[in-house]
Amino acid sequence: MAHPADAARVRSPKKLPLKERYALLTRGLDWEPSYVSKERLFPYTRYEGIKIHDWDGWQDPFRLTVDAYCRYQAEKDKRLYAVLDGFAQGQGHLRLSDASYLNAIKLFLQGVTPLEYAAHRHFAFLARYLEGPAPRFAALCQCVDELRHCQTQVHTISNYNKYYSGFHSWSKMHDRLWYLAVPKSMFDDAMTAGPFEFLISISFSFEYLLTNLLFVPFMSGASFNGDLPTMSFGFSAQSDESRHMTLGLEAIKFLLEQDEENVPIIQGWIDKWFWRAYRVSALVAGMMDYMLPMPVMSWKEAFELYFENQMLDGLFPDLAFYGIDPPRHVNVAIAEKDKLSHEVYKILHNFSFAAAFTTQIPGDDHLAWLSQQYPQTFDRYYRPVWEKHKRIEAAGDRMYFRGLPQLCQVCQLPTAFTEPGDPATLSLRHSEFRGETFHTCSDGCQWIFEREPEKYVQARLSVHQIYQGNCGGRSIPDVLAWYGIQPGDNGEYKDSSDARCWAEWHEGNLA
Amino acid sequence: MSERLRQVGIDLQESEENRALVEAIVADNPKVTIRQLPGLVKLQGTGQIVINRQTVEDKLGRGWETGEFQLAIVSYVGHFSEWDDDQIIVKWEH
Repeated sequence: MAHPADAARVRSPKKLPLKERYALLTRGLDWEPSYVSKERLFPYTRYEGIKIHDWDGWQDPFRLTVDAYCRYQAEKDKRLYAVLDGFAQGQGHLRLSDASYLNAIKLFLQGVTPLEYAAHRHFAFLARYLEGPAPRFAALCQCVDELRHCQTQVHTISNYNKYYSGFHSWSKMHDRLWYLAVPKSMFDDAMTAGPFEFLISISFSFEYLLTNLLFVPFMSGASFNGDLPTMSFGFSAQSDESRHMTLGLEAIKFLLEQDEENVPIIQGWIDKWFWRAYRVSALVAGMMDYMLPMPVMSWKEAFELYFENQMLDGLFPDLAFYGIDPPRHVNVAIAEKDKLSHEVYKILHNFSFAAAFTTQIPGDDHLAWLSQQYPQTFDRYYRPVWEKHKRIEAAGDRMYFRGLPQLCQVCQLPTAFTEPGDPATLSLRHSEFRGETFHTCSDGCQWIFEREPEKYVQARLSVHQIYQGNCGGRSIPDVLAWYGIQPGDNGEYKDSSDARCWAEWHEGNLA
Repeated sequence: MSERLRQVGIDLQESEENRALVEAIVADNPKVTIRQLPGLVKLQGTGQIVINRQTVEDKLGRGWETGEFQLAIVSYVGHFSEWDDDQIIVKWEH
């Protein structure tokens, strides 16, 4: 291949330096409105109380220009599709660690891919409505990136649809299933906020603070479990993600530098959105510790490395310069790191009859790994639960929770977490608003609710919807059919279509 | 404001081309630590990490634009305090 740098030299020996090219694209080219006011042209940049004095204060460190963007993105896609072709041609699905691994990928396709699509929509909005041309261009690039992520993820994962079950209906499921309401409601919450709050919620809190915890574990897990295509789309997406992280960091510094009165507004958003995004990452915690047949890194270790070490010790001392404190309730997240994944996976396992993936009791090696990773808690609190489940299965039954759970009004997870520092007591919070009681799972979610009750009373809670008769009928089979779940997609892995397909592919019975 | 130097880091995809990039980073930042994770290489340094176009070109044996770094990076921690035609610097600002 002709390398871009060599080609550029031959093509244009007098090419301008990067800084000048970027300045020409983002400075002085913007239209000054003449027959409408600026307020009418950009109607959304004032009502949140954020004050901007100079939009040219925005700097994109990547200094991306249109030609560079197109060239690098094309190269990224070329590299990705070479891997996809090679994997498909070489029957790569035969070399996965185990078909149960695909449950992690189903969770990704149902839970994360639609978020990419949602993000692309909202960045298109920002690319129109932010006032400065530099942030508008950064938003435009991110809009196109997010659509690329959605498309490449669908293409990548579609290969498994030829050999395994349960990859259908993911878009419908994202809108309807209870556990997918956790990521969906967070994005809906962000997209119904103002443009500046959206930047702090998605670009900063989600992309900069927590993206490493959300994406890198999926990708390393894919690498370790023989899933080359997912690893490749992940890394391809992450290379864009680094730019998105930069946008998040640039956005927060820009807003903080523009006016001192912005600081308390931004602090409130950081406090809210750290906790919102952290609660979504609970699903990733369960995935990392339980859904990978070959686990890579525990949630606890990833949290310490990517969040405590890199963000609390790295980023927040930098933001202290502007008067920004670490997120409220961050100590609760730290206190939960020894138990989060176990509590979440227990929920998923007990309700997997109503999920579009399957679960199983971890094998003995896996339990030993969990003991090793969680020496303070696993053998004391969580191993006995799995031993009990084993006894139930030995007697020919399977542990499922009969009935529907109470959901948290904010994060929409079942209120099955325990008090910080006390793994034996359920954490439940109650708030009164307009004569009604609302339930939340934690101090973090309760604080968010009480800050904007008018918004959160409108939450679409999956369990309430079932009881109100809006989910296809009264019986569990009616609701599962309305969810789009087909028999064999859900419940126990050992009884699943995937377990059967795996056995048959590996016995060579399927031609 | 901070008296002690904080950690910055760069995560790169593990690939043939990126081996030269890693060599160049190590040559210019001899104190970085390298950690291998499945599919990626995690570089961590104290205070800052500098990537010089010239060093990367020497290790690669061909021309290299700093923009190509976008094809290699998976994640980072810190702030891109400089990114021009010759140099990329990751460090904390305050």
